[in-house]
Amino acid sequence: MTWDVALILGIDGLANGAVYLLAGLGLVLIFSVTRVVFVPFGDIAAFAALTLAAFETGRLPATIGMVVVLTVLAVLTEVGSLVRRGETARIPKAVLGWGLLPLVPCVLAWLASRPGVPAPVHVAVAVLLVVPIAPLLSRVVFQPIADASVLVLLIVSLALHFLLSGLGLLFFGPEGSRTQPLASGSITLGDGFAVSGQVILMVSAAIVLSGLFFLVFERTVTGKALRATAVNRVGARLVGIRPARTALFAYGCASLLAGLIGVLIAPVTTMYYDSGFIIGLKAFVAAIIGGLVSYPMTAIGALAVGVVESFASFWSGALKDVIVFSLLIPVLMLRSFLMTHVDEEEEEVDQ
Amino acid sequence: MSLLRHRTLWIVAVVAALAIAPALAGNFTVSLLNDIGIGALVALGLVMLTGIGGATSFGQAAFVGIAAYATAWLTTAQGLSPWLGLLFALLLTGLSALAIGMLTLRLGGHFLPLSTIAWGLSIAMLFGNVDALGRHTGLSNIPALQVGGWSLADPRSIYYLIWGLVGLGFLFSYNLLRSRPGRAIRSLRGGAILLASVGADAYRVRLTLFVTAALYAGLAGWLYAHMNRFVSPSPFDVRASIEYLLMAVAGGLGHLAGALVGSALVLILKNGLQDVLPMLTQRAGQLEAVAFATLFILLLHFARGGLMGFVRRWTNAHARAQAPREAMAPVEPLPHRTLPDRGSPVLSVTGAVKRFGGLVAVNDVSFDVKAGEIIGLIGPNGAGKSTMFNLLTCTMPMTAGQVRFLGQDIAGLPQRQVARLGLARTFQHVKLRPHMSLIDNVALGAHSRTSSGVLKAGLRLDRSEERQILQEAQRQLDRIGLGDRAHELAGSLPLGTQRILEIARALAADPVLLVLDEPAAGLRRKEKMALGDLLRKLREEGVTILIVEHDMDFVMKLVDRLVVMNFGSKLVEGVPSAVRADERVQAAYLGSVV
Repeated sequence: MTWDVALILGIDGLANGAVYLLAGLGLVLIFSVTRVVFVPFGDIAAFAALTLAAFETGRLPATIGMVVVLTVLAVLTEVGSLVRRGETARIPKAVLGWGLLPLVPCVLAWLASRPGVPAPVHVAVAVLLVVPIAPLLSRVVFQPIADASVLVLLIVSLALHFLLSGLGLLFFGPEGSRTQPLASGSITLGDGFAVSGQVILMVSAAIVLSGLFFLVFERTVTGKALRATAVNRVGARLVGIRPARTALFAYGCASLLAGLIGVLIAPVTTMYYDSGFIIGLKAFVAAIIGGLVSYPMTAIGALAVGVVESFASFWSGALKDVIVFSLLIPVLMLRSFLMTHVDEEEEEVDQ
Repeated sequence: MSLLRHRTLWIVAVVAALAIAPALAGNFTVSLLNDIGIGALVALGLVMLTGIGGATSFGQAAFVGIAAYATAWLTTAQGLSPWLGLLFALLLTGLSALAIGMLTLRLGGHFLPLSTIAWGLSIAMLFGNVDALGRHTGLSNIPALQVGGWSLADPRSIYYLIWGLVGLGFLFSYNLLRSRPGRAIRSLRGGAILLASVGADAYRVRLTLFVTAALYAGLAGWLYAHMNRFVSPSPFDVRASIEYLLMAVAGGLGHLAGALVGSALVLILKNGLQDVLPMLTQRAGQLEAVAFATLFILLLHFARGGLMGFVRRWTNAHARAQAPREAMAPVEPLPHRTLPDRGSPVLSVTGAVKRFGGLVAVNDVSFDVKAGEIIGLIGPNGAGKSTMFNLLTCTMPMTAGQVRFLGQDIAGLPQRQVARLGLARTFQHVKLRPHMSLIDNVALGAHSRTSSGVLKAGLRLDRSEERQILQEAQRQLDRIGLGDRAHELAGSLPLGTQRILEIARALAADPVLLVLDEPAAGLRRKEKMALGDLLRKLREEGVTILIVEHDMDFVMKLVDRLVVMNFGSKLVEGVPSAVRADERVQAAYLGSVV
């Protein structure tokens, strides 16, 4: 391997790392607020990519159907729970909030799929269209069992991934797609070495978004409410924070991140209905490096995963994922070794 | 109609039905039954791991795959006997489970499952990319099993081997759960501190359980390879692992029989869907995955106990009364520790300090406990009693100072080793296993006095020791007056009585020093008097007792000496009457007069 190759691989790795960084932030956000290890995260990113691809080929994206189905389910769940609690007066408001709000991006998407719409609008609408997915899933699937153990939530989450990827296949079909680059051109560094605009876009998006993320968490009341819920759900409730609402906000943010990842990655990788799983899983490797709680460590982990992946694909394309996952071994060893004291409440699965 | 007889009848019926099934059923049904048997073996491991041990694995199919590929490679590429393949397969699965377990089981709950997802994916990818394993096409022409001169190539002949092994697997698990290591496994969800207090290492117990579950999967993998005589990567990916987990959850994670029920349920349903869906749609394969995932999520929402959970509720409603157990013939009691001579030092704390950041919870406290006395540790709320308690049982490391127990410096030792030296404790927030019987809870206390491991227990080679343990547990239960309720569930006792039950568990460890954390809380007057009598009797027998208690009346009548703490420091030490008269103590409790 020459220095040139190493440089190219390193820059490729940075671009990968940028994606894992965004995904890792979303995963840690959801986990810390709701204790759900949100496996379907990657699926949502894949849906955003396939939505954009559908726009570009002039088709109506199948995502609309998916969002509509989820909306109906969410409205049913919400109305059901209101009826059970005897709060029938709140039904109209719930139907409005849960039923109409998610349909707004669907209408936008329908409008955007008509001919003559400029490409940037396609990108924006593709991201917007997947934003309701995670909050709706959380309402239907996770909120009714919010107090279950982490283990149960994790099993549900994994089953949900298989549900979504099955639906993805039904809605989008088995074909892969690749979209137009978002940024054209390239910057030539000295020595005739070029970095494509897309890579620069990915890296700068990651930097800007994680900066924004930091600001929201440190400087706004909503961010503080999220942190409070993450530290102690009961305590947060006592000071007037509604865990269900913060959870919804976390899912919304994560969904947005997933959408952005989808449109960022679609021009550089061919995306299939199930491509998201591996992306999500590699982000998990990054998140585990951060212990599923620390954002800065997750960021470092994401970059490490990205670079390792890019070098691994140089050595063995088929086994690159195995090599990335084996990164977990030293990380877990170190964590095991450094760990001093754990007395977590143990899990009861069947009660 | 006793519950036990009921169950025996069921088991006999199922075994008889399975025995005659091949004679009546067609080829298709026999093959399905073979698949169900193999699935049940994997699910059985998962029921033990997830339902009973509280950990889970999304890589169980990978273990099946390792075993299947191991035996396939050994019998095709190396041409060796499938029976050697069995050994090789079990060895490889066991070792890989050991490695993963050692990496992840010390860490908190979600690290194991997340790592097993990555592991499950990696293994399936490896199978598909290694030349020696035939890449994506897999390995074929795996020889059939031979017993004597008899070939088991036909599904009907391997049927009996599969179901024989399923039967043995169930028997092994059943024996295991009703034994010394089994009680530790069933207590895993009670937390590491509970296990450490009886001298067991939660990490080791969990690791053993994880490897055991993987070996069940390994056995299934070996059967799979020689039944299908062909292996390829796809049946061992994460999706398959989820299906095994679905079997365990659908059948009922809390019950061994759930593995069998769940395996049958899932595979029959799968077959049904494969028949029905193509009639409805052209995308049957995809709909099947969607249907299964939906079913799984619904199960976890509405029926986390699985099918056996419903069955259990139904049988409980019909047969609530427990069968009276026959009295056991007396066996030789477990060996006793020789207690130190009365008056010799048992525990001495010198200059104990504990800081939490800037807060000094315990500040330079020293006191001695001598053999055969009852010493009380009292003080107003926030005085640092509980922290002191945690320091001297080594539940929490000390910032500075020394604790000597029977002449040995124990500061910094793990709690379980201190427990093994003869220091037994109870908990302020009761740590009992509510779904275990009284006698099982108490028998857990004898963990450190006995030695049977998983293999011995599963093969019923531990029965003489087990009888000794149960006799000891029964003796301790009789001692606290709960002897005739030995087979009730601990969760059905009122809180006060649960505290007493914890004392029995501590006594089952044959302790030198008994450390009790507020044992009288929640007891009625009569029960308190009985408890006082019990503790005095123990003192006569030479057991040393350290008691942390709020009930002054109870303590003053009971103890030989008192240590009073306030604001983290020792205030006074002395006999009850002197302490009662001490002005500083009165000021600490009632406020200063000045």
